[in-house]
Amino acid sequence: MGAILSRVLGRLWGEKEVRILILGLDGAGKTTILYRLQIGEVVTTIPTIGFNVETVTYKNIKFQVWDLGGQTSIRPYWRCYYANTDAVIYVVDSVDRDRMSTSKEELHAMLDEEELRDAALLVFANKQDMVGAMSAAEVSDALGLGTLKNRQWSIYKTSAVKGDGLTEGLDWLVNIIRGNEQ
Amino acid sequence: MNLSKKDEDSGDLGVFYHLDKTTVLQEARVFNESPIVPRKCRLLLTKIIYLLYLGEPMATTEATELFFSVTKLFQSKDTALRQMVYLVIKELSTVAEDVIMVTSSLMKDMQPKSEVIYRANAIRALCKIIDASMLPSVERFLKAAIVDKTPSISSSAMVSSYHLFPAGKDVIKRWANEVNEAINSKPSSIVGTASSYLTSFSSSGSSYNSQPSSTSNINQYHALGLIYMIRQHDRMAVTKLIQQLAGSSRGTFGSSSGILRNSFAYCLLIRYAAKILDEDPNSRQQMYDLLEVWLRHKSDIVNFEAAKAICNIKDVTSKELYPAVNVLQLFLSSPKSTLRFAAIRTLNKLAMTQPTAVQSCNLDMENLITDQNRSVATFAITTLLKTGNEASVDRLMKQITGFMSEISDEFKVIVVDAIRSLCLKFPSKQVVMLSFLSGVLRDEGGYEFKRAVVEAIFDLVKFIPESKEAALAHLCEFIEDCEFTKLSVRVLHLLGVEGPKTPTPTKYIRYIYNRVILENSIVRAAAVSALAKFGVSAEDPEVKKSIKVLLTRCLDDNDDEVRDRAILYLKLIDDNESAEKYVKDDSTYSLAALERQLVQYVSNPESSEKPFDLSDIPKITKAQAEAENLKPRSFDLASTQTIGTSSSAVGSINSNIVSTSRDATPTPGVDQQQVYSQQLEQIPEIAAFGPLFKSSIKPVELTESETEYVVSCVKHMFKENMVFQFIVTNTLNDQLLENVTVVMQPESDEGTLVEEFVIPATKLPYDQPSSIYVAFKRTNPEEYTLGSFSNTLKFLVKDCDPSTGEADEGEGYEDEYLVEDIEIVTSDYVFPTYISDFSSAWDSVGEEGQVVETFALTASKSLKDSCTTLIELLGMSPVENSGTPTSSSVHTLMLSGTFLGGIKVLAKNRMTFAPSTGVTMELSVRSPSEEISRIVIGAVV
Repeated sequence: MGAILSRVLGRLWGEKEVRILILGLDGAGKTTILYRLQIGEVVTTIPTIGFNVETVTYKNIKFQVWDLGGQTSIRPYWRCYYANTDAVIYVVDSVDRDRMSTSKEELHAMLDEEELRDAALLVFANKQDMVGAMSAAEVSDALGLGTLKNRQWSIYKTSAVKGDGLTEGLDWLVNIIRGNEQ
Repeated sequence: MNLSKKDEDSGDLGVFYHLDKTTVLQEARVFNESPIVPRKCRLLLTKIIYLLYLGEPMATTEATELFFSVTKLFQSKDTALRQMVYLVIKELSTVAEDVIMVTSSLMKDMQPKSEVIYRANAIRALCKIIDASMLPSVERFLKAAIVDKTPSISSSAMVSSYHLFPAGKDVIKRWANEVNEAINSKPSSIVGTASSYLTSFSSSGSSYNSQPSSTSNINQYHALGLIYMIRQHDRMAVTKLIQQLAGSSRGTFGSSSGILRNSFAYCLLIRYAAKILDEDPNSRQQMYDLLEVWLRHKSDIVNFEAAKAICNIKDVTSKELYPAVNVLQLFLSSPKSTLRFAAIRTLNKLAMTQPTAVQSCNLDMENLITDQNRSVATFAITTLLKTGNEASVDRLMKQITGFMSEISDEFKVIVVDAIRSLCLKFPSKQVVMLSFLSGVLRDEGGYEFKRAVVEAIFDLVKFIPESKEAALAHLCEFIEDCEFTKLSVRVLHLLGVEGPKTPTPTKYIRYIYNRVILENSIVRAAAVSALAKFGVSAEDPEVKKSIKVLLTRCLDDNDDEVRDRAILYLKLIDDNESAEKYVKDDSTYSLAALERQLVQYVSNPESSEKPFDLSDIPKITKAQAEAENLKPRSFDLASTQTIGTSSSAVGSINSNIVSTSRDATPTPGVDQQQVYSQQLEQIPEIAAFGPLFKSSIKPVELTESETEYVVSCVKHMFKENMVFQFIVTNTLNDQLLENVTVVMQPESDEGTLVEEFVIPATKLPYDQPSSIYVAFKRTNPEEYTLGSFSNTLKFLVKDCDPSTGEADEGEGYEDEYLVEDIEIVTSDYVFPTYISDFSSAWDSVGEEGQVVETFALTASKSLKDSCTTLIELLGMSPVENSGTPTSSSVHTLMLSGTFLGGIKVLAKNRMTFAPSTGVTMELSVRSPSEEISRIVIGAVV
């Protein structure tokens, strides 16, 4: 009954919020991306112990964005926040070639979760402003995105500090969500 | 339909009744929904808090699940909801796991750019979920919050730091500058002076709420508490702090120019000053002066705190007390009952030690007897009972009688206790008191109250012979209609003991036999025992015959205990010898020793093959047992637990007993000596010395407690030998000591003491105390050598693995460790013994061996001081309650003891005190031998 009620209220008082998780290994730039999206600035961040949650409005859609800490000790708690998620933004440090395989493992473990079965996947190959960054295709290969089945996904090369690629990624997401609603 | 239902739920005031945890946890699923309905969630959180406050137990998994649901509410920006979230997080932080998941969110909320209302609450919640390891990462933010302009934020940060301090000392110590800045911060508003308890309290409450503008300056209180926590071990720094905060305000009272503007902060400062005063005699005058100034502060709570601190000063003089008592006296007539209560309570406590100082308030206190607040009235009465003189007793007693029916049992007990001590103080008033006591005995009342009354009458019987007959008569009447079996039994026992000694024992017999007819089996059995005592002691054969008839009737009782007792006593009554042994003998086993032996017997499976041997348990006479009971429980029981015993199993059992039976065995002196004695008997070489005469009860510390090796020493005195037991603890976890011995070098080598042997400790692992024994022989038993020894520990050091304690390969190396000297003093040769009647003992010893000397102790500050010192120097036991002087100018101290070899020694010390000359005393020591008396008196010279 509560669910019905909230849907009724949602229709009455505004757009339904789209729930998005930003995940990825520690130091990939998740928190920086979140605040770049929300206030359009680069903020100084410290390693996230826990999570940050903010509301971002883009193209008339309200996104409720959860940025979860990427440290090894915190990754196990990601799953506590999977429920009702519409999309996952997976952030990868394109310079950190050594941990690309770890990133891949975490990604696939996450996508195997039942609760995320219908969630769209948007991968950000971040830190493109740095020397030696892998290209989007290289990252895609390293993460094994090609093997994904039954999943709407896309990859964009981004630089959170410069603000490159983020809006393109979000545009894709908006399209997917509008498509799903119809 | 949905909407109306929801309204019904939340609008109902009874929503908190019959809350069920399972239902609430089910409902908590709404936290996971999106979008969030703040109002609904808030109500649910309130329900959760309500359940938690009711003490509803919550399993870790439940709590963790709930916690994660609650974290999802951080997406809502609703202020009221967020505050509830903080509250729930704080409550769940102790139960749920993984609470660190909200760290980032809370840290964001405490940032300066967050709303003020979030910040303070976020800080408090954050400090609940982090541990010491995370402290460095939030250090920067907390430091900034401490110096924040908003008092509520600054306060939260400081209170949180205060709670985190034990875990994160090192980090928080670095914040001292910020905290200092917070103390010295300018007032947050112009009306920044809290004047009375009530105003400052209520406004401090509001500072936690949404109002950022607080007028209480409560953050100064928090800051002061924290800075003290940081510096408490540095007395110089604390003294400086007190001076700095007090000094600036001196002379400018009334204006708000002082640094401290919060009354509570002043109270804290007063407590710190009082502590310094207590610990450091050099700063006494300085601190007293400050306290005295604070007596005139404009806030009454500060005045009171200062007055209380002055009253609590150890050995406070009447001159120092005067201004404090004056302030309290003013409070006695205050219209606020809180103040009256606080003042009378403090005066009551003061009256126990300094009744004369409180006398000046007598008039005001008499007015308080009719105070509408019964607590105030009770304290007033009991204080008056202590300060009043003999003449006012009658009037007081009359007033109390009218008042007893109006107060609760708890207060009645206080009153009865006060009357009990009054009886002993003014024996001539016993008739009034006794009639009062018997009067209240007839009143309605619970067990505790009746017990207090009965015990007061028991004391009258014991200490005031004139009252005995009347008191016993009242007790007889009491048991006629007594609903408490325990009390009936005790009264019957007392009648059995005291009754036969009265001129007309027969009149009690009827009362006692009535119990046999009318009461339950426990009381009947006690009555039979009491009857038997009359039978055994009766001179008149007629009485004896009657008793026998009565006892024979009891043989038909339907309770076996009653029958058994009757049979036993019938057999004994004609057999004088057995009667002497079983009925009249009031000696008892040393209960502490008995308990220990029994525990050992039960816990050792081998011993159960043979029956428990009672003959090992030392017997003590009634008088001794009472003396032990009367002894103040000043011995530090904790110290006895650390004493190394030869086998650790026995040690642990022993310490168990000591800790669990703390109340049951109020005889640590005898008990401890027993323990030593048993330990020593295990060692054949020492057992050969014969029975142990005396052990120094408290081990003497020969090192500081933080040194590498902690050493203490116990002296054991035998007839011709003395044994020094060194208890050594190795506090280095990477060392194993082997073959530890002690080399004792007498200060002056007169040859009167010859070292016989040393029993080394073969191994001394980390943190396991072990004992080394050094034995000496006194070459001339007639000479009681005094002097000191220098002591050096010698041992072989081996490095070892801290985790396993296994020694590394290798030889190790020899090392020495010098510890402090140990002295043999006169009191080592004297064992304190208790006697009930000093003056007859004094006369019977006679004047032949008497030595009298006069001393002037100019340095001594009070009679109490001198008494304590003298008791310690002579090693004797004060008798007839003469250990604590009742007057501050004249006193006679009576001491009793046994000198080595079982020679009785008595001392009488007449002393006077005048502030100008200190204590002058005339000490007379009597014993059968003048030689011994001279040695004993030599202890003082």
